[in-house]
Amino acid sequence: MTQTRKPSDPKHRTREPKTPSSSSSSSFSTSGMKLIVPLQGVVQGRGGLFLGTLIPCALFYFLQLYLKRRRSGFNNPPSPSSTSSPTLPRTSSRSNLSTRGSISRVRVSKLATLVAKPDDSLYYLGLEKVSQDPYDASENPNGIIQLGLSDNKLCLDLIGKWVSRNLEGSLMGSSDDVTLSINGIAPYQPHDGLGELKMALSDFMQQVMGESVKFDPSNMILTSGATPAIEILSFCLADHGNAFLVPTPYYPGFVRDVRWRPGVDLIPVHCRSTDNFNLNITALEQAYSQARKRGVKVRGILISNPSNPVGNILTPDVLFSLLDFAEEKNIHIIADEVFAGSTYGSDKFVSIAEILDSEYVDKSRVHIVYGLSKDLSLAGFRVGVIYSFNHTVLAAAKKLSRFSSISAPTQRLVASMLSDKRFIQEYLETNRYRIQQVHDKFVDCLSKLGIKCAKSSAGMFCWADMSGLIRPYSEKGELELWEKFMSVSKINITPGSACHCIEPGWFRICFTSISFEDIPLVIERIRRVVESCKSSS
Amino acid sequence: MKLLSTKATCNTHGQDSSYFLGWEEYEKNPYDEIVNPKGIIQMGLAENQLSFDLLESWLAKNPDVPGFKRDNKSIFRELALFQDYHGLPSFKKALVDFMAEIRGNKVAFDPNHIVLTAGATSANETLMFCLAEPGEAFLLPTPYYPGFDRDLKWRTGVEIVPIQCNSSNNFQITKSALHQAHEQAKKQNLRVKGVLVTNPSNPLGTTMSRGKLDLLLDFIKDKDMHLISDEIYSGTVFSSPGFVSVMEVLKERTHNLKDSDDTAQIRDRVHVVYSLSKDLGLPGFRVGAIYSENDTVVAAATKMSSFGLVSSQTQYLLSAMLGDKKFTKNYISENQKRLKRRQRMLVSGLRKAGIGCLKTNNAGLFCWVDMRHLLRSNTFEAEMELWKKILYKVGLNISPGSSCHCTEPGWFRVCFANMSEDTLNLAMKRLKAFVGDSRVEGSCSSSSSIRAQSSGSGTSARKSLSKWVFRLSSREQEER
Repeated sequence: MTQTRKPSDPKHRTREPKTPSSSSSSSFSTSGMKLIVPLQGVVQGRGGLFLGTLIPCALFYFLQLYLKRRRSGFNNPPSPSSTSSPTLPRTSSRSNLSTRGSISRVRVSKLATLVAKPDDSLYYLGLEKVSQDPYDASENPNGIIQLGLSDNKLCLDLIGKWVSRNLEGSLMGSSDDVTLSINGIAPYQPHDGLGELKMALSDFMQQVMGESVKFDPSNMILTSGATPAIEILSFCLADHGNAFLVPTPYYPGFVRDVRWRPGVDLIPVHCRSTDNFNLNITALEQAYSQARKRGVKVRGILISNPSNPVGNILTPDVLFSLLDFAEEKNIHIIADEVFAGSTYGSDKFVSIAEILDSEYVDKSRVHIVYGLSKDLSLAGFRVGVIYSFNHTVLAAAKKLSRFSSISAPTQRLVASMLSDKRFIQEYLETNRYRIQQVHDKFVDCLSKLGIKCAKSSAGMFCWADMSGLIRPYSEKGELELWEKFMSVSKINITPGSACHCIEPGWFRICFTSISFEDIPLVIERIRRVVESCKSSS
Repeated sequence: MKLLSTKATCNTHGQDSSYFLGWEEYEKNPYDEIVNPKGIIQMGLAENQLSFDLLESWLAKNPDVPGFKRDNKSIFRELALFQDYHGLPSFKKALVDFMAEIRGNKVAFDPNHIVLTAGATSANETLMFCLAEPGEAFLLPTPYYPGFDRDLKWRTGVEIVPIQCNSSNNFQITKSALHQAHEQAKKQNLRVKGVLVTNPSNPLGTTMSRGKLDLLLDFIKDKDMHLISDEIYSGTVFSSPGFVSVMEVLKERTHNLKDSDDTAQIRDRVHVVYSLSKDLGLPGFRVGAIYSENDTVVAAATKMSSFGLVSSQTQYLLSAMLGDKKFTKNYISENQKRLKRRQRMLVSGLRKAGIGCLKTNNAGLFCWVDMRHLLRSNTFEAEMELWKKILYKVGLNISPGSSCHCTEPGWFRVCFANMSEDTLNLAMKRLKAFVGDSRVEGSCSSSSSIRAQSSGSGTSARKSLSKWVFRLSSREQEER
C-alpha cells in the first residue's frame, strides 16, 4: 500500500526534507544482498551445495536485516514543524523500534510509541509551554498569555450565575426533578446519551442556527466532546488507509482525531488568501484526482463551518457545490459546526442541514458534528453530538459511543440548563455581542500595528497576516517569529504551519480567553515583537 | 449508496450474543413490582445498587459540592473549561488513595501513573491500542465477561485466545492451560502480546490467589508479555480469602531479593484497570482508570484519553467524595457487608431450588451457578434451551456460560446486587417452582406458565419436589 505524506500541491511550502540517507542505505543493502547471496552459493562448495549455500546466506541475510534496522533507527530525525506524523502504525515504521529510554524487550504497540512521543506540532508545543508558565494577572504577570486555545471565557459569568441559582443542593439543577436522588443518574444509561439531553440539544441547535432548521433527536448520538465524535465518524465512514479531503488551513486536532486510531489520511485542499481562504471547488477536484492517481481511496470531505482557524462561513453556494461534488464522487461530507453559535459578523451562518432541507440530495452522505465546548463554554463537561441521516452510521456510531459516553450527572445538568430557553436566548445574544466587541477592537488594534486579518464572521480567533514580519518568507521564518512571540512577548499564538496553511506568515490568535480590558496588554506585547522585527529588517 | 467502512457494516462486535439478547428481552418486558409483576427480572446486569443511600446521605451532608462551591466560593469557572487530559489533580489523588484503601493500604499508587478514561470499557480498549498491533492477540481465561469480545477486539483488531479453565479446580488458571493457550495461538499464527485477567473474576466472583498471581507473573516474564489485571471488582470482596492485587504481589517480589531483579524487568509490563462502576455503583458516571508504571503506556494512554475524558463536574464531585476518608472507610466496609448478606440470600434461595454455585465465590456482584443437572444433555444446545426457558417462562434474565465462553455447558451467572430483597426472593421462588415443575413433568419443556403456579403446586408435585431436592442437597453437601 503506497503511503505519502507530502502535500499534493506542487507549490507546497518548504518543509524539512526527509533525510535521504535512510532510503539510500537500505537500497544499498538490498542491492548488496542481491549481489552477494548468489556469490556465496558459488563460493561455498563444502558440506553439500545446499547446506553450504543456505546457512551462510541465511546468516548473511539476517546480519543485513539487523544492520538495516539499526541504521533506520538512527536516521530519522523528527522534523520540528512537520505536523503530519512521520509514520502511520501500519507502514514500515522501522524507525520506531526502540521505545524511548526503555531497555525492555517487550514492545508496546507502534501506535503507542508514536502517540507517546512529545508533540512536535507547534500547536501542542505552545499549549505545553503555557502550562509550564501560565500568565496570571496577580500571581504571574510575566507568564505566557494563552492565545492559542479557542476557549471562550467571555460569558462564563452568565453560566456561573445560572449554576448558582439552580444548583442549590442538587446534582442536576432541575427544581421539579423528583429524581434528585442518585438512583436516577447512577445506573447504566444508554451509551449514546439520555433522551432528554438529545431533545434539549436538538432544540438548542435549532436556536443556535437561527431557528431555520429542525433537528431530530433520533438522528443523534451523543459523545464525550466533539473530539470522539470525529474519531467515531472516521471509523464508520472509512477504512484504515483511506483518506478524507480537508481544506487548509485546518484545526490541528483533526490529525489526532482522524489519523491516530482510525488510520485515515488527511489530504489537504489548499485555500488561498486571495480567496480569503474560501474553499475552491477546482482545488477540491484537483486534490481528489491526484489522490486517485496515487491509488488512495477518498471516502469523504471534512470541513469545519464556521471555519477554524480562519473564522469564515461557507456560503450556501459553496455548500451546494460541495454537495454536488460529494454526490458526483459518491463520498461523504463531515461538517464540523462547533462554532455555529459564535457568530458576530454580517454573514449569516447556514448549517448544511438547512441546505439539505431545500434540495433533493442524498442526505445519508452528510454528517454533522456539534458540541458545547465553544458555543456554551462548557469544554470541561465533554458534550458532543454526531448528527446523521444515515441509519447504518447511526447504528454503528451508537455502538461505538460506549467508549466515549458522557457522564450522567453532567447530562442531567446540561439538559436542565438547555431547557431554560430564556436563559439560553439571553446567553447566545450576549455571547455574540461580547465576541463581536472583542473581535472588532482586537482587529482594529492589530491593523494599527500594520497587521491585517482575514475577513471573519465567526469563531473565537482572528487569522492574522504577519507575512510582512517574517524573514525569510518561508516556514522557517514563520517558526522564528513564533519563537519570538513565545520568548520575547510571552504570548502563545498558533502558526499557520501547524494548521497546514500553504502560505507562510499567518497566525491564529484567539481573543476570547482574555477580557476586553486585557486587550491593550496583549496588543502592547505584540507591538514589542512587531517593532523588533521592523528594526532588525 | 456510499460504502461505509467495514467496521460499520460487519458483525464482529459480538452484540448478537445471548448476553445482549437477554438484555433486549428484558427491556421489552421489564419487571416492576406494581406495574408489571409478571415481567422479566433482570439478573444479568452486574450493577451494585445496594449502597445508594450511603452516597445520597453524603451528598445531602455536602450540598456545596454539587453546586460547584468550595469554601463558599464558586469554582465553576475553573471547571467549565477544564479539559486537561492529565485529569483533575485532586481527583487523581483521591482516586489512588481510594484504590490503596481498598487494598488495605498494602500498596500505594502514584497519581502520575494514572490515566482517567470514560469507564473501564474505554480503559481496556485504550490498553489494547497501546500494547498490541492489529492481528496480535491476548490470552484470557474462560469464562470471561462477554463485553470483552467487543471492547478488546472491535476497533483495535486484536484477537482473544482463551485459556480454558474448568470446574475440576473451580475454574482456576493452571500452568498447563496457560501453555496450551499459547500453543493454540501459535497454531493460529497469532503473536501473543499478553494476558488479561479479571481479578476478582467476572463471571466467577472469585479472587485470585497469590500463587496464581505469581504463576501469571512468571509466565509473562518468561514469554516477554504484558499482564493486564482488570480489578474493577476489587472493592466488592466480601469474604475470605480477601483480595490480593497483582501490584501487591509485585511489591513482595521486589522485596524478596531472590526475585527482585526479575521483578524489575516486569514492572513496566503490568497494568491495572479500575473503575467506580462496580465498587461505588456509579456506572452512569463513566469513571475508569488505567494504572501503569510503563511511561510510554501512560503517555500514550493519556493522550488517547482525549477520546473519552471524564467530565470535570464528575471529577470534582468525586474528588470531594473520595477525599472524605471517613466516608470511604465506612462505605467500603458497609458495602461489603451488604454484598455478603445479599449473596447469602441468593445462595440459600438457589439451594432451596436444588441449585448449587461455585463454593469459592467471595467477591463480585453475582454467583456462578451450576445448573448442569437441569440440562437435558451435556451440550450447549441444551444450555441455550434452558436459558430460554428461564428467560421466557420463569421470567429471569441470567447469563448463560456459553456467552462467557465457558468450556462446560450448564453454568450461569446470576447477579444479586441490582434489585431489592423482595425482588430477589420472588426470583428465587419462581426458580424453585420452575425446577419443581420441570422435574414433575419429566422434561424441560412446559407449556403452562410457571409463574402462575408459583404460589402453590399440587401435593404430588410437592412430594416429587422434596425427594428431588433432597437428592440434590445431599449431592451439594458432597461438593461443599
